[in-house]
Amino acid sequence: MPHRTFLAFILPSLAAMFIFIALPILSVAYQSLFVSHPRVTVEVETCGPFGCSVETRVDTEAMAELQRESPMGQFNGLGTYTNSGHLAFDDLAMIWASSPDWTTAAKSILNLPFYKALAFTLAFTFIVTPLVIVFGFFIALAVNAIPPLIKGPVIFLSLLPMIVTPLIGALVLFWMIDARGVIGATLQLVFNDPQLSLKASPALTWVVLFVYGVWHSAPFSFIVFYAGLQTVPKDTLESAMIDGASRWQRVRYVVLPHLMPLVTFVALMQLMDNFRVFEPIVGFSAAANATSLSYLIYSDLRAGDAPLFGSAAATSMLTIIGVVILLTPVLIRNWRNFNRKT
Amino acid sequence: MKKFLMATVAAGAFVASAGLALADCGIAKGSVRILSNDFEALHIVAAGAEKCASGTVTVTKNQTTEHKNIQIPALTANPATYTVAVVANNSIVPLLNGGLIRPLDDLVAKFGQQLNETQLVKIDGKVMAIAFMANTQHMYYRKDLLEQAGIAPPKTYEEVLEAAKVLRDKGILKNPLALNMKPGWDLAQEFVNMYMGYGGDLFKAGTAEASINNENGVKTLEMLKALTGYMSPDYVTYNTNAIKPIWEAGEIAIINGWGSRAGAYIAADSPVPEIAKATAFASAPMVGGGSTPATTLWWDGFTIAKNISDEDAEASFRAMMNGTAPQTAVDHGSAAVWLISGYKPTPAAVGVFETIANKAKPFPMLAHMGLLHTALGDNISEFLQGKESAEQALADATAAYTTAAKENGFLK
Repeated sequence: MPHRTFLAFILPSLAAMFIFIALPILSVAYQSLFVSHPRVTVEVETCGPFGCSVETRVDTEAMAELQRESPMGQFNGLGTYTNSGHLAFDDLAMIWASSPDWTTAAKSILNLPFYKALAFTLAFTFIVTPLVIVFGFFIALAVNAIPPLIKGPVIFLSLLPMIVTPLIGALVLFWMIDARGVIGATLQLVFNDPQLSLKASPALTWVVLFVYGVWHSAPFSFIVFYAGLQTVPKDTLESAMIDGASRWQRVRYVVLPHLMPLVTFVALMQLMDNFRVFEPIVGFSAAANATSLSYLIYSDLRAGDAPLFGSAAATSMLTIIGVVILLTPVLIRNWRNFNRKT
Repeated sequence: MKKFLMATVAAGAFVASAGLALADCGIAKGSVRILSNDFEALHIVAAGAEKCASGTVTVTKNQTTEHKNIQIPALTANPATYTVAVVANNSIVPLLNGGLIRPLDDLVAKFGQQLNETQLVKIDGKVMAIAFMANTQHMYYRKDLLEQAGIAPPKTYEEVLEAAKVLRDKGILKNPLALNMKPGWDLAQEFVNMYMGYGGDLFKAGTAEASINNENGVKTLEMLKALTGYMSPDYVTYNTNAIKPIWEAGEIAIINGWGSRAGAYIAADSPVPEIAKATAFASAPMVGGGSTPATTLWWDGFTIAKNISDEDAEASFRAMMNGTAPQTAVDHGSAAVWLISGYKPTPAAVGVFETIANKAKPFPMLAHMGLLHTALGDNISEFLQGKESAEQALADATAAYTTAAKENGFLK
């Protein structure tokens, strides 16, 4: 294809990508370099139904003046990235200097908001992603083997967790694991521990969130693998059978290699999705025990009376960097495969 | 659903009873657009304002618990999306900071004859809001269960702990207590309540520097933790809405509830009439030998947007005057603790009145209070779960606040 034609073909997509992807990211990156102007405050008498008192107020006119001069706020450089709400370099240095051993240091580091969120985010990503792939694959194998008559309904039912709105799914499970809910009460009975609460214990909350993550995403990998199974060459399978391969050996040596590109695809999608884990934390009211990077952004944007745009922007940029780091190995692998083939 | 029914019935009764006054608020022309929180008393006020609608006056409303998050962008627009923002003493602060609401002195002078002096919220001498109801968190208790256990209603949190122990030891209830302990706004509010009870100051005098990491802060956290010992392990998910069904299931005996919700707990149409009948209210308890109740006082009121025409501002003010007319307090006495003249306290108001009489402190109307509130809500639950020390939790909260306050320009 001549370069001109190629350019003409790709131009609309490029323009759309620039407007809807590159520009917003650039604007977020720019935003992350700024913080609010210093507040000009005045002391004024405030009277209400419960009496009068002298309280500090923000001087609106002086602030409007500052805002006119530089609407973005105060330039802070990378200060927001390194403050104790994000990468916390100063705190890390202090912990490094003052901790007697590795475990105390690790504990103090995981107490910093960003690293606490990162720990859960990574745990969620690396536990849920492989489980989703494995479960999806086995569900696909099982569904592929059942009689055609009931296949339709079974596929529909298996897809339900994905069809349910994530937040609603989380809320449904949330009430089921309540100490008065069906799962929570049963567990208390089984373990004979009336104080057992899946919501209060940090470890159990993590487990619940992982289970929810797998439950919600397994249908996605199931449907991808199921579609892939329809393309497995019949003759190869039959020749494997003639060679005396067992069912497991056929799966291991014929089906799996054939589906490998799909595994890469599902892994890519799931890594990205799970790294942005958010809804279950809100749905399960789990913020006390588990926060994720996306949750930090959410809570910055809803902080008290004034959203912390700079802080949210910085966390967003760090999330993007995180996704890039996560995906690099998979992408490199794909690139090599692609080069080998061409 | 029940709430919706009640609101519908209330609104219906209103329309029927006030048929004569319908559409006669004296407003010539204008558009009234109300943004407010979503609870019964505010439904009543908005319904009253809506009666001013006529051929030339339109009245619309958006009543949502998300009002705090949309009020800033909505009132920043010019013309503002809403002409009336119904606020409380915390949610008025961002509107004041942004200079988004107008002084009401002229309107009060012209159309505010019905107002009590105490309803006027004055900032630097200018009326910026009209308060119409008071609210506070106070004690709800089950008088039947306390009698059964042979204990008097507790006056202090130390007595609450003792009462809880007796209720548990006598096998009456396993987990007799509930406070709004859900991390975030609710938990932070319980901290502030208790901290006020111990007589602490949240900030160093005259500055925006937090001063919570001190003896009072530690005592506050330890008291909260002691109380969680008598709560169901699910207390980490308790907020106002989560506690009501547990109360109605008869599983708890003492809670720290909002005054604005008290009416629904003793309503004649409660799904569990025997529990409704046994529900009683009292002042928020004192704590640590302090002289003021461990709670904060709140008011709800309305403000008028700056970025609207004077005509709409006048229409809005007069419509809200109709919504908060003395007759409202007479017809809906049990819906709230009205600050409106003509209000006679009902049994549901006992708790709020006792708390005010005990001289509880108002929630600080400070520009940087919201940030400290958020920092507390995010950081103190780890202590309650035994994952870190009280000092560490307070240090974490202070650090989170300081970071946010610096970014927001309150601290250098």
